[in-house]
Amino acid sequence: MSLYQSLFERLRAKKEGAFIPFLTLGDPDLDTSFELLCTLVENGADALELGVPFSDPVADGPTIQAATLRALASGTTPKKALALVRRLKDKYPEIPVGLLTYANLVFAAGIDQFYLDAKAAGVDSVLVADVPIKESAPFVKAAKAAKVAPVMIAPPNASEATLKAVAQLSEGYVYLVSRAGVTGTETAAGKPLGHIIDTLKRYQSAPVVLGFGIAEPEQVKAALAAGCAGAISGSAAVKAAEQGPEQLAAFSASMKAASR
Amino acid sequence: MSHFSPYFGEFGGTFVPEILVPALDQLTAAFENALEDDSFKAELGALLKHYAGRPTPLYEATHLSPNPLVRIFLKREDLLHGGAHKTNQVLAQALLTKRMGKNEIIAETGAGQHGVATAMVAAMMGMKARIYMGAKDCERQQPNVYRMKLMGAEVIPVHAGSGTLKDAVNEALRDWAANYDTAHYLLGTAAGPHPFPHLVREFQRIIGAEAKAQMIEAIGRLPDAAIACVGGGSNAIGLFADFIDEKDVELIGVEPGGEGVETGKHGAPIYMAKEGILHGMKSYLMQDEDGQVEESHSISAGLDYPAVGPQHAYLAKTGRAQYVPINDDEAIEGFKALCRSEGIIPAIESSHALAYALKRAKAASKEEVLLVNLSGRGDKDLNTIMKLEGLL
Repeated sequence: MSLYQSLFERLRAKKEGAFIPFLTLGDPDLDTSFELLCTLVENGADALELGVPFSDPVADGPTIQAATLRALASGTTPKKALALVRRLKDKYPEIPVGLLTYANLVFAAGIDQFYLDAKAAGVDSVLVADVPIKESAPFVKAAKAAKVAPVMIAPPNASEATLKAVAQLSEGYVYLVSRAGVTGTETAAGKPLGHIIDTLKRYQSAPVVLGFGIAEPEQVKAALAAGCAGAISGSAAVKAAEQGPEQLAAFSASMKAASR
Repeated sequence: MSHFSPYFGEFGGTFVPEILVPALDQLTAAFENALEDDSFKAELGALLKHYAGRPTPLYEATHLSPNPLVRIFLKREDLLHGGAHKTNQVLAQALLTKRMGKNEIIAETGAGQHGVATAMVAAMMGMKARIYMGAKDCERQQPNVYRMKLMGAEVIPVHAGSGTLKDAVNEALRDWAANYDTAHYLLGTAAGPHPFPHLVREFQRIIGAEAKAQMIEAIGRLPDAAIACVGGGSNAIGLFADFIDEKDVELIGVEPGGEGVETGKHGAPIYMAKEGILHGMKSYLMQDEDGQVEESHSISAGLDYPAVGPQHAYLAKTGRAQYVPINDDEAIEGFKALCRSEGIIPAIESSHALAYALKRAKAASKEEVLLVNLSGRGDKDLNTIMKLEGLL
């Protein structure tokens, strides 16, 4: 059973949702990044979503873009980012770790090799932000071959056919995007998307997790009430981390509390 | 069923966040529908003729040619309303925007030529335009920033990254992801996700189609080579499109060699031939070994882009077209040569194509006819040239 499956089963038994914070690997540097990630795990994070810094993060808003630039400026490469994941998984082998990356970083490493390296680092899932369903075949194939879960995005404007494909291809969880646009708390999350969640469930998708604009405990509650299995919070977590480990700990604990 | 495959061989595709896929599908449908719609063709044709000033002349630059064996013809896209070839496809995409029931345009611009064309057409059609431009480019192209504002467009400087065209594209994509319901992303070149490379080519095809007929009228045959500068590659693909099946016509794309391809400070991704994925497409891309995109460099803001349209990558890989770098200083020589010999001030972009033609003509030992696309006029570049000369 994958770590995601056992996580979601465990949470379901406790009638809880998953709180999944996001940080960019290597922001602001590799050692601080490690400490911040440990802070999240120690303060309630059920799983982690970790960004591999890319020079042109078009799916991300200003907060995560700035985190990416800091990580790149301190010399974070994809290899060092994976080594950081390895270090984290050695300390916390039971926590599911997802990577968020961009197509060119996967392509430059060689698609098959990228997923093998991710697996070796202890990565459980990979989401490639600029690979939609119609370009996903070689990425999904390589992911499955390496036994890494491919995570697909379900956007609010998706057609039934896209949602069906998302449900069929996505493993671990499905990333439901709450609204149009890029990541960030500049725009609040949209209303929960009941019909999309229902469609995904009808096609027997992996658990649905809501992301984009999730910054407050109330939004975590609303996501779970709408039928999601959890919520991802990226830009708000990055902002909390910018303020320091205590603020990040408090943020994580309050968001996790809302998922209970 | 779509007319066009999203791929040119292994290049092209639709590498965008899933949320943009419906907007691209809508655009593909509107585009393919318009291509078969006589009323669309009539409306676009009338605008191209009466608003933009087509057909543009073909002019033989007899004073420019350094070798009596070589005849150089210039396709005068610089005489188009707006001062560059950009007007052709902006008119077409603005009509498509209306057909999709949208009234806002998002655009990116490097040198400002595409931004100016977009602002112009948006003003004429009563649409709102938001134009993203790298902060560095705003600086080097101030007159164009002012032109856009005069015509009512909102110009948004982009400070992220290298502050050039690449970063302006990123911001335009972010805006589009948030506003696709009401806004069309009027991409400026034959790059980006499907269907843009096809769409821009089809609406720039008129450059080569006119030039072909004009060459036959002028000399009774086709040229030996068709030459155009390549940043993203829209003027070049427009010139090439109707010549691709004419196997006797050499196709030459001229990339910006910047300070020299060996220095790393250039904008010549085809020369580097490293495949990658950026801005929705798989193509040649300037990048480091990890896949981080490198900053390009060119004296011409309009060519300062680290990738290239996927059809050019394909034409290069299959050998149908050749791509050569021309350095900043060679381009400036080409610029000055045309000013002095013919009384025409070319864009620095087009000066790269001119410089290649001059180099080739000087070395020629047999008769040859060269067709050069003069993609834009150089008024916008006077600041750059004056700075180089120490006059500013």
